[in-house]
Amino acid sequence: MFDSAILIPSLLNGITTGAVYALIALGLTLIYGVLHIINFAHGAGLMLALYGVYLLKERLGIDPYLALPVMVVGMFLLGYCLQRLVINRASHGKDENILLVTLGLSIIMENAALLAFQSDTRSIETPYTLATVTIGPAMIAVPKLVAFAGALVVSAILVWLIQATDLGRAIRAVAREKQGAKLMGIHVDHVYAISFGIGLACLGAAACFLLPAYYVNPQVGNGFVLVAFTIVVLGGMGSFTGALLGGLLIGVVESLGGLYLGESLGQIGIFGIFILVLLFRPQGLFGARS
Amino acid sequence: MRTRRIFMTQSAAAASAMAFPLIGGAQPKTVKVGVLHPVTGALAYSGQQCRLGAMMAVEDINKAGGIKSLGGAKIEALLGDAQSQPQAGAAEVEKMNEAGVSAVVGAFASAICLATTQAAAKHNLPHVVDVGVADQIVERGLKNTFRFGPGYRKCAETAVANLHVLNTLAGKPARTVMIIHEESLFGTGTANLLARELPGYGYEVKEVIKHANPTRDFNNIVLRMKAVNPDIVIPANYYNEYALLVRTMQQQKVQPKAIYSVLGGAASSYKFVKEFPDAANGIIDCNHWFNPKDKRSAAMRKRVEAQGQFFSYEVFMAYTATRLLADAIERAKSADRAAIIQALENSTFSDHIMPYGQTKFINGQNTGAQPLMTQVQKNDIKVIVPREFREVEPLFPMKA
Repeated sequence: MFDSAILIPSLLNGITTGAVYALIALGLTLIYGVLHIINFAHGAGLMLALYGVYLLKERLGIDPYLALPVMVVGMFLLGYCLQRLVINRASHGKDENILLVTLGLSIIMENAALLAFQSDTRSIETPYTLATVTIGPAMIAVPKLVAFAGALVVSAILVWLIQATDLGRAIRAVAREKQGAKLMGIHVDHVYAISFGIGLACLGAAACFLLPAYYVNPQVGNGFVLVAFTIVVLGGMGSFTGALLGGLLIGVVESLGGLYLGESLGQIGIFGIFILVLLFRPQGLFGARS
Repeated sequence: MRTRRIFMTQSAAAASAMAFPLIGGAQPKTVKVGVLHPVTGALAYSGQQCRLGAMMAVEDINKAGGIKSLGGAKIEALLGDAQSQPQAGAAEVEKMNEAGVSAVVGAFASAICLATTQAAAKHNLPHVVDVGVADQIVERGLKNTFRFGPGYRKCAETAVANLHVLNTLAGKPARTVMIIHEESLFGTGTANLLARELPGYGYEVKEVIKHANPTRDFNNIVLRMKAVNPDIVIPANYYNEYALLVRTMQQQKVQPKAIYSVLGGAASSYKFVKEFPDAANGIIDCNHWFNPKDKRSAAMRKRVEAQGQFFSYEVFMAYTATRLLADAIERAKSADRAAIIQALENSTFSDHIMPYGQTKFINGQNTGAQPLMTQVQKNDIKVIVPREFREVEPLFPMKA
């Protein structure tokens, strides 16, 4: 139906778009999958991170890619404090409370952004915003290639962190058996807050990769958060490999769906997959059966 | 004798003032007007720009002495938020009705205007539509609904007729068209009208692509554009998607003979021109636009920019719509809803910066309303068609 001159670029485009989805989903899968916190504020967190990158560029002239360390550390601290000082205290240990608290946080964040920045859509100009690399018949935007590489690196770091460090072992222990972990001398609240911080730090990285080719406004996170939830379910809760591959897959499905079904209907594929996974493989592609 | 007469008149005046304190010494009362826009949600930017325009009009009217036929009554704006959703807009109308407004101005988006005009009609509440281009808004026989600006049929017809003139003058370099539109009432309706009009002038509509709001990525659409290779690309969508689309076209090095936007594009957005000057240059729009020959429009642009805002079409559309309403209240000499509707029906409002001439409503539509064609040239927006408003000669086609 379409020749390779369209199909291949569309495929590559899907993969690179999917990489950004994966980055957002990585943070979510840690928070949602490992700690069982349904973080409704994930989209709002992404929006805040995007504003952070925007401000660093516009006010201080810092290139988005150079802003990466600042954003990762900044978002980590924000996440740590939010979990420690707000979510943990307000939820009294009940999951359904956490859900409402994060929902409330997202409303507060969005409206704070509306107050501070108005609803104006903002974007930044960088020397590489419009740069492309030619791969076969496809012209791929440089920011997307960087995002793709960034997603791979970030997920590799996360896998290493969780598998090979004491912190990772502590996170896994808390995820599996909170009481037991506590008895073993693990500071559960601290581990929760660190995990939440790492989740938001992923958003900080995602924002640095996303903004050069995208825009920010107070509602921008909503467009990503549902997709990210789908990816987490598809990949398997708490699985970083799953989130990465799930993100790439969803990117491709969206891209090809848009090509064959029309842009308006293209998203059907994403949610079709969501339902199919829930029906036939509820633990996800890489998730362990609980 | 003289002094006695003066004494008599003075005491008579004093007596009547005491008998009717409301007419004499008391503060002039206010006329409540609902200002309803989607200031949060997906359409928040446009909604806030509309609110800015409407509030500037209220400020100007009150500063100039309020409604004179009502003893200088000030306009009191009741602000409402339609939250970018029709049902929320309708709920706000109910609230405004309870609060006793005399009329409503709003509500930017077509889908929201459909709901708010209908809700207002139940209470015989006059509703001036500031933008809302869908023609259904004024075609349902609602007596309370008045639209000052043009509808999308008028815009699409003007756009196609003018495109044909441009193309003919240039020796007919363009023959094929691709339309890209957003999926709500505004984009779909406009695209349907264009797709119907264009073949009549000998253009082939190669493809019509609909996209969601928000669309995160336009690469697929641009890839198809590459395959189809249309002479003219016509987008009909909102700002975010428009900006992404045009930037993706630039990225993928797709350069049609013209980018010709109908209702909302770079050539009617100072914001886009400022932020993406390279992408914007040469783009042609058919959209709501002020009369550039009217000196007040330049002054108003300065005033808006002094507040750190862009002088977007929403601002002057809502501004003039609010002035139209104030003019009608002035003529009605009353804050009574039926009287204001009557005054709007007979309105001859002409003291405005739009290229519409004297106002004349037929079935709620201002018959003089028309869009203008603008083009981005040298990082500014200039009117190219029609001739009586022309600031610069059109550049068409964009590439040789």
